[in-house]
Amino acid sequence: MELNELTIHELQKKLRAGDTSSTEIVQAVFKRIEAVEPRINAYITLMKDVALADALKADEAVKKGDIRALTGIPIALKDIFCTKGFRTTCGSRILENFIPPYDATIVEKLRQAGAIFTGKTNMDEFAMGSSTETSFFGTTKNPWDLNRIPGGSSGGSAAAVAADECIASLGSDTGGSIRQPAALCGVVGMKPTYGRVSRFGLIAFASSLDQIGPFTKDVEDCAILMNGIAGYDPKESTSIPQDVPDYRSFLSRGIDGWTVGIPKEYFIEGIDAEVSEAVQKAIKCVEGLGAKTMEISLPHTKYCLAVYYIIAPAEASSNLARYDGVKYGYRSPDGQDLLDMYKKSRSEGFGAEVKRRIMLGTYALSSGYYDAYYKKASQVRALIKRDFDDAFKTCDIILTPTTPTPAFNVGEKTGDPLQMYLSDILTISTNLAGIPGISVPCGFTKGGLPVGVQFLAGHLEEGKLLQIAAAYEKNANLEKRRPNL
Amino acid sequence: MEYEPVIGLEVHAHLLTNAKIFCRCSTKFGAAPNSHTCPICLGMPGVLPVLNKKVVEYAVKMGLATNCRINDRSVFARKNYFYPDLPKGYQISQYAEPLAEHGRIEIETGDGKKIIGITRIHMEEDAGKLLHDERNPSSYVDLNRTGIPLIEIVSEPDMRSAEEAAAYLKRLHEILVYLEICDGNMEEGSFRCDANVSLRPKGRAAFGIRAELKNMNSFRNVQRAVEYEIERQRHVLDGGGKVIQETRLWDDGQGVTLSMRGKEEAHDYRYFPDPDLVPVEIGKDWIAEIEKTQPELPQEKRERFIREYQISSYDAGVLTASRALADYFEEAARQAGKPKIAANWIMGDILKFLNEDKRSVKDCPILPADLAALIRLIDDGTISGKMAKEIIDVMYKTGKKPGAVIEEKGMVQITDESALAKTITGIIEANPAQVEQYRSGKEKVFGFFVGQVMKATQGKANPKLINDLLKKMLSGS
Repeated sequence: MELNELTIHELQKKLRAGDTSSTEIVQAVFKRIEAVEPRINAYITLMKDVALADALKADEAVKKGDIRALTGIPIALKDIFCTKGFRTTCGSRILENFIPPYDATIVEKLRQAGAIFTGKTNMDEFAMGSSTETSFFGTTKNPWDLNRIPGGSSGGSAAAVAADECIASLGSDTGGSIRQPAALCGVVGMKPTYGRVSRFGLIAFASSLDQIGPFTKDVEDCAILMNGIAGYDPKESTSIPQDVPDYRSFLSRGIDGWTVGIPKEYFIEGIDAEVSEAVQKAIKCVEGLGAKTMEISLPHTKYCLAVYYIIAPAEASSNLARYDGVKYGYRSPDGQDLLDMYKKSRSEGFGAEVKRRIMLGTYALSSGYYDAYYKKASQVRALIKRDFDDAFKTCDIILTPTTPTPAFNVGEKTGDPLQMYLSDILTISTNLAGIPGISVPCGFTKGGLPVGVQFLAGHLEEGKLLQIAAAYEKNANLEKRRPNL
Repeated sequence: MEYEPVIGLEVHAHLLTNAKIFCRCSTKFGAAPNSHTCPICLGMPGVLPVLNKKVVEYAVKMGLATNCRINDRSVFARKNYFYPDLPKGYQISQYAEPLAEHGRIEIETGDGKKIIGITRIHMEEDAGKLLHDERNPSSYVDLNRTGIPLIEIVSEPDMRSAEEAAAYLKRLHEILVYLEICDGNMEEGSFRCDANVSLRPKGRAAFGIRAELKNMNSFRNVQRAVEYEIERQRHVLDGGGKVIQETRLWDDGQGVTLSMRGKEEAHDYRYFPDPDLVPVEIGKDWIAEIEKTQPELPQEKRERFIREYQISSYDAGVLTASRALADYFEEAARQAGKPKIAANWIMGDILKFLNEDKRSVKDCPILPADLAALIRLIDDGTISGKMAKEIIDVMYKTGKKPGAVIEEKGMVQITDESALAKTITGIIEANPAQVEQYRSGKEKVFGFFVGQVMKATQGKANPKLINDLLKKMLSGS
């Protein structure tokens, strides 16, 4: 096995034993990047020189016995996290040359933990999309089938992990943007509780829904990264001031005696037969571990997509107002006056999907429509949250497929936004309710495409998610496969 | 037709916190452009606001001082519009759920006292400032002011004249400054006022169409602009025309209001709760704590001064013009034990000195204790009132204590009865004719003798002693 194919915990063991060095790991990662990146396009910006320099420092630290949770581990960052001195594009032309003067809180935390950054990964523009096709920097390809999309919006981060172009990566999830690409690329992806991981320095799409989380090769790595990024941040008003448990401590506890809820609204027509089959197998596996499964109902599920497509664009329309060509980012050279400069800069700087959502959101907030749209949506959102509160009174965990279908073809849904939006139908409710969710690989289709199973838990119950995910991963006996690149 | 003006005011006041409302940048006025900025107030991608608690405290103080109900929960909302001085493309303000509501204050005009309702007080951030280079032509933006905390105080449409509007504005200003939460500087824009003005036929309940007036940066201009606008609308209505809903700018040079934008061009601000901030929760305990720190307000103070110190309403008004002056007066009055006399010295002499030098009472070289000492020296006869006038002048110029000034000038009053008697004897002997006149009942001549004694003693003799001795010695007893 090449070093870049290993997990964080495997590499940490080797580093501690002196069997390898961070420099060797980083070199292996960049060798892989150079070999496959022209076909995958997982990255927007590579940080090779800095990564190699940091690897040297990490090796020095290891020699001195200063080994932290992520010392020497190459990690990729979705290009939505601000990185001091390194351009942060958010997949958009409007920020093509934006270099932030500050680091996002999670970037600081990862640095503190010893991580090394390989680069900034590709994404749907401003995280608006489910396929990475709305990126200004070209589509990322799914490592399992280069004709297919990797999912999105954090498609670059998912593909980079799946293709071993990094050891692990970070993404953001507003309606499924971590879990959906994780499922489609065959990796583990977690969206933590809203407020558990600081959003400071995460370029906002929909502020009340956005949450940062890890992409990893296995569940243990997910726990390791969560240990690194979770925690209260005084720079964020919605951050939860509560201590973080050691997530690794949940991994070997088992789920004997647990109740796992299977929501009937998530096993409906439109779910691909092979996805359904793989998830049914996962249910059997969970039952085999001593958990009881029961059908539950989340009655307001049918409104999730509608509520999401009012709240998210409404918040986005306001969050994206700052990109006006005045202070930073793209400014059209042709503006005749102030209004013209605004119009041209935004028309030329934003892509079609972003414009569509800005218009949707602007409309939903307009005088005379606010009550009918935004206010109503907020009320229904409270009902959706209550569905989950009620459900978690009777079960420990909810189990669903992560996505309705495996990865679709590049270009297949770009002409039909509604079809594209439906690919997040099983993940959106989690964000509306603010609860944590994780996608774990649960097999492959006959055509060799990965399928994911999603576990959901109550507020701040990331530990429980990791507990079931680890137990499942250990006992699922999935065939070990690597994409053939 | 006879019309009744209906006026409501919206006042924006900068709060005197050290840091901005959602970041830690300084709020100091007059720094180099864009030097008091950070990624947060510059509206960079990915940054988040964190509320400065001091802002809430100050806003609550104003709410309490204007008899508002303080809402236990209030919500920040985004007011969305594009302008280069607004880096985020929205202003964080409060909308559906403001901090304080349903207040009132009392004003006084030539027509007597009146209660003006306060609709609401809410917190928000200020925008930056554009600087235009007319020669170039290009515009520059200074974002130092961006994020400076403001409260907006919205009145009920309760005012019926420009005089009432001005009285209301002055009262608000006075309260803010008394609370020490706003410096009240209208020129620097830390106290700004917009006015909504409409007319309705006298006796009718429904309001007319209103115009919103902006750009009035002094009390006088607010009064002038409202007066002008009332007359303008009266003229329009009398001419059979209709007032249109619009925003009008006061042009100080021409003394008129000019249309800036109409209703059609009005913004749709698309307010919605800011998802980056949590609701502001204010518990009863916190309010009680803030209440304890509330100073006596100007109106209460005036009433107390009249009652406690037996001074006139006018004097009480002058002495409570600022908290510092009122404190100065009270300290001097307490130490001297003579409030009325202390008031006279302050209003007659000290304020004159300070006004001439454009100095604040806080920088007055004469401390309240020094003034009290001076008053006591007059009282115990050490010096005369005339001497005191001379002494206070020196005290102000040099900052010296009255005792020191008296000693330096050798100004001690003659209170030695035998010495004075000797002088008087000499004067009586030198002026037999006047003595004769006095003794025959021409008491007016008494003043002549007082003058002679003062002259002989170079004004140093105690006037009361002169009087007593003269009376006794002239009557020949």
